Amino acid sequence: MTTSLSLPLEDPASLHAGDSVLLNGIVYTARDAAHARFAEALSVGEDLPFEVEGATIYFVGPTPARPGHVIGSAGPTTASRCDAYSPMLVERGLRAMIGKGRRSQDVKDSMRSHGCVYFGAIEGTAALLSRCITSAEIVAYEDLGAEAVRRLTIEDFPALVVNDTHGGDLYDDGPARWRR
Amino acid sequence: MPELRTVDVAEVEAVVRKLCVETNHALRADHVAALERGRLAEESPTGREVFGRLLENARVSAAEQIAFCQDTGYAVVFLTIGQDVHFTGGSLAEAIDRGVAEGYRDGYLRASLVRSPVDRVNTGDNTPAMVHYDLVPGGGIELTLLVKGAGCDNMSALRMLTPAAGVEGMKRFVVETIEKAGPSASPPVTVGIGMGGTFDGAAVLAKWALTRDPTGSPSPDPELAELEAELVDAINATGIGPAGFGGTVTTVAVHVEAYPTHIAAFPVAINLDCHSHRVRSVTL
Repeated sequence: MTTSLSLPLEDPASLHAGDSVLLNGIVYTARDAAHARFAEALSVGEDLPFEVEGATIYFVGPTPARPGHVIGSAGPTTASRCDAYSPMLVERGLRAMIGKGRRSQDVKDSMRSHGCVYFGAIEGTAALLSRCITSAEIVAYEDLGAEAVRRLTIEDFPALVVNDTHGGDLYDDGPARWRR
Repeated sequence: MPELRTVDVAEVEAVVRKLCVETNHALRADHVAALERGRLAEESPTGREVFGRLLENARVSAAEQIAFCQDTGYAVVFLTIGQDVHFTGGSLAEAIDRGVAEGYRDGYLRASLVRSPVDRVNTGDNTPAMVHYDLVPGGGIELTLLVKGAGCDNMSALRMLTPAAGVEGMKRFVVETIEKAGPSASPPVTVGIGMGGTFDGAAVLAKWALTRDPTGSPSPDPELAELEAELVDAINATGIGPAGFGGTVTTVAVHVEAYPTHIAAFPVAINLDCHSHRVRSVTL
């Protein structure tokens, strides 16, 4: 069964690892370089380029859009490269992240304490996922090119809950079930 | 005296440009077939759905001429050059880089390379290409482009085993590497393994092993072919499955290449490629 969800997430605690969802609403893109700048901004007391409270971050660096297209291919990148930075955002109210790959124990602990969910998407569906993105605009760090922070509107974006707010982890549970 | 064959580097540039676009937009037919076999073999319903989406993505990216994956990777070029070939028209290496820059621009592909791991300034055109040259007898030129994503390259590993650790030690190292990579290498993976040679030679051999055509075909060496089949089973027994969500198909192909080595050495390099396995070859 697949559930349609609106972002910002209203009730993160209602989700469980393995749930299949279609996400709708606003997400902000950020990868390694943008996260490094978030950390720099926070360390000198500056605001982040978007309101973190309630927000969703999508770890992605899209390809350039063809003329007439909203965006190019846009699948998830490895989230663990942002593990060093994610807790500082989760503590400030970040409510969801979308990426691929395992998160560190520190990230999972902060997600549990503050009510944040990590969704897994499939990298090799980047062309399909670009069709779920109906608007894209750069909101910060344009000089970073593909790594700039973009505000995206997504519609029926398919994902699975990987880490829920109860300590569930699909990357543990799924393989454990099929291990021989 | 064999006759010299003269080739203008502009011809190489044009071939590289075309390959960059085609390889990023359309998976090779034999890799699509490998994914189809994977879908049939997969026992987990979620895993089968992942395979279905990968196949749908392959259809859409090829039809709409957009990148199969947003990580349009390093442009890794294997160039086998007959020793009777004489290149004219300037630097061969620069012509390859021009081909990459043009292909990545014209194919709406992402520029993903930085000029230094320290200052991390993007080169803006996905150059330089990572080129491996090999000189062989004759007047032929074979060019293979491997579009190599970083997520799975990051999960690759090299170890200098001892002869006493042997093939069993090598198998344990492979499974350990796959377990450690888990979902981050974007399974179902294609696994390239280089055994033997030197520290550096094993790594190049592992990368070359990824380019085997068709994907999943056995090594012509029966001993290596048997090893490949055993490794496929061992990797699939991990349960990691498509996208790491759990399942019975974690790899669609294991390619092992071997080379002479030292009496004291057993180098093993494991290069992982994600489900976006993108490679094409051309004979000039």
